[in-house]
Amino acid sequence: MNSRLRWRKFVSGFMLSMTGVCALVSVAVLFFILGYLVYHGGTSISWNFFTKLPAPVGESGGGMANAILGSGKLLLLATLIGVPIGFFGAIYLAEFSGGTIAFVIRYAADLLNGVPSIVIGIFAYSLAVHPFKQYSTLAGGFALGLMMIPITLRSTEEFLRGVPNALREASMALGASKWKTIASVIVPAAYRGILTAILLAFARVAGETAPLLFTALGNQFWSRGWNQPTASLPVMIYNYALGPYEDWHRQAWAAGLVLLVLILVINIVARAILSRGIAVPRS
Amino acid sequence: MATSTTTVPSAGPVAGSRSFLSRLREGDEIARIITFLFAASVVLITILLVFELWQGSVLPRHKFGFNFFRTSVWDPIFDQFGALPFIYGTLVTATVSLLIAVPLGIGAAIFLAELAPARVSDTLEFFIDLLAAVPSVIYGLLGVFVVVPLMRQYIQPGLKKSLGFLPLFQGPAYGVGFLTGGIVLAIMVIPYIISVSREVLLSVPRDQREAALSLGSTRWESTWKVVVPFARGGIMGSIFLALARALGETIAVTMVIGNTPAISASLFASGYSIAGVIANELTDATSDLHYESLVELGLVLFLLTFILNGLARLLIMATSQRGSGMGNA
Repeated sequence: MNSRLRWRKFVSGFMLSMTGVCALVSVAVLFFILGYLVYHGGTSISWNFFTKLPAPVGESGGGMANAILGSGKLLLLATLIGVPIGFFGAIYLAEFSGGTIAFVIRYAADLLNGVPSIVIGIFAYSLAVHPFKQYSTLAGGFALGLMMIPITLRSTEEFLRGVPNALREASMALGASKWKTIASVIVPAAYRGILTAILLAFARVAGETAPLLFTALGNQFWSRGWNQPTASLPVMIYNYALGPYEDWHRQAWAAGLVLLVLILVINIVARAILSRGIAVPRS
Repeated sequence: MATSTTTVPSAGPVAGSRSFLSRLREGDEIARIITFLFAASVVLITILLVFELWQGSVLPRHKFGFNFFRTSVWDPIFDQFGALPFIYGTLVTATVSLLIAVPLGIGAAIFLAELAPARVSDTLEFFIDLLAAVPSVIYGLLGVFVVVPLMRQYIQPGLKKSLGFLPLFQGPAYGVGFLTGGIVLAIMVIPYIISVSREVLLSVPRDQREAALSLGSTRWESTWKVVVPFARGGIMGSIFLALARALGETIAVTMVIGNTPAISASLFASGYSIAGVIANELTDATSDLHYESLVELGLVLFLLTFILNGLARLLIMATSQRGSGMGNA
């Protein structure tokens, strides 16, 4: 009996410490990725990376200025598509609707959220590239915008719902109409959450490669206008990492570092905004 | 809009129309209609997406029918398209990734939910969330330059020496292949399993643990025999979520799987995934049939992830409700 108890205690201690090891290993991956990118990217990054065009094959040097600008343009378009639809759609879901219509919309959003990014790419291709026979920045922004919609919508709705009903009732009791209540009471009360939702959606699409492969395509030069193909950081990393040249690999590391830092910083900022207090200041 | 007009007769024509007009003047009705249009566009986009995938894959469905999934010749020149190697590659890499990620992820989730003090647990969860935010192309980059050489030089020769009698671990060690793809995928899906499983474990009511402990079970026994079974549904949900993610993952797998449309028993051999062939061939599809075959592969991916995500949502919801229901009682 005693030895059996000792055995059970040993098993307990052993298994529990194994779970600790699992947790440590999982978290260590993050620091390994960060450390490795800082090490390799840090040695290859230079001022030229931000200001120069990619060098022709065989020449060393050059940068990814066009990809940085291209990513910026794509993300601007994505935000212009994803945020209004997500934001206003969330207001409808949280404030105006109930029942079947809300269920259908929520269901569609969750479905869209689960669609693999490559399938979003096919969709954007068949809608925005195929009919015009033209890869374009617009098509790429459209694809990324599609991915932003469900993320923004669902989390914004959550935060709007988090606003206490007392605030709504107080505003209505003062004679404000519903939209006035929404615009001047509910949205301001939930703005931290909404900002967080938008930032997280932004960070999520900033690193997407697959939807851009056959929409924005890629470009070794500056993109001339919105209906031309454009380079972007993720696609550049993809192409350069698989390329045969040592110099390309170094550029890919540098681009990877820039992209990862950008995404992690946005994530951390978004969470910091949220943790400073959610919907309402407590009084 | 539709609902408000239909309520007018039932509420009495005069009172109804006046209230509609006054609401219109105050802007409520306008706000409702505008926000509804935005919300409805989400449904529209989703329907359009399904329609485009269905409509875009008519040719191969008519020409190959079910043989599309049974044959393994992928030849754009002779317009022969069989998707079996890609389906095989996707399923094998996803299976390998789950074999690695499920034990690790559930172990870590148990630690975070049951053992770690709230502060430590929240900090670690923060890092896990960041890990989930790392884009797949970064995983691919590290896969190509870190995992592939590691596999080639150490892991694959080691496996061959120790387990080489199994058909799974035979053949030359190139570094790229099913196993490498599976490992990179595992690293990518672990954060999903941890986050969701941790939430579900935390929602298990306290008295379940206390009852087990008071009956004399050790901490591990109460966790493994009481808490984990209670949360089983939600944990399964997190695994389905991870599986859906693993099946749909494109870039990282494409970078390390080798991109050879072949079916091999060995995990060292290089293969191809559904998402990978779409990514590589869609832009230069040689014929309509080629293009539409790729769209059909997209449709397959869409359906697979659709089913898995739906199941996952149901399981997670059922489990958390069970937890909160018990807690209230």
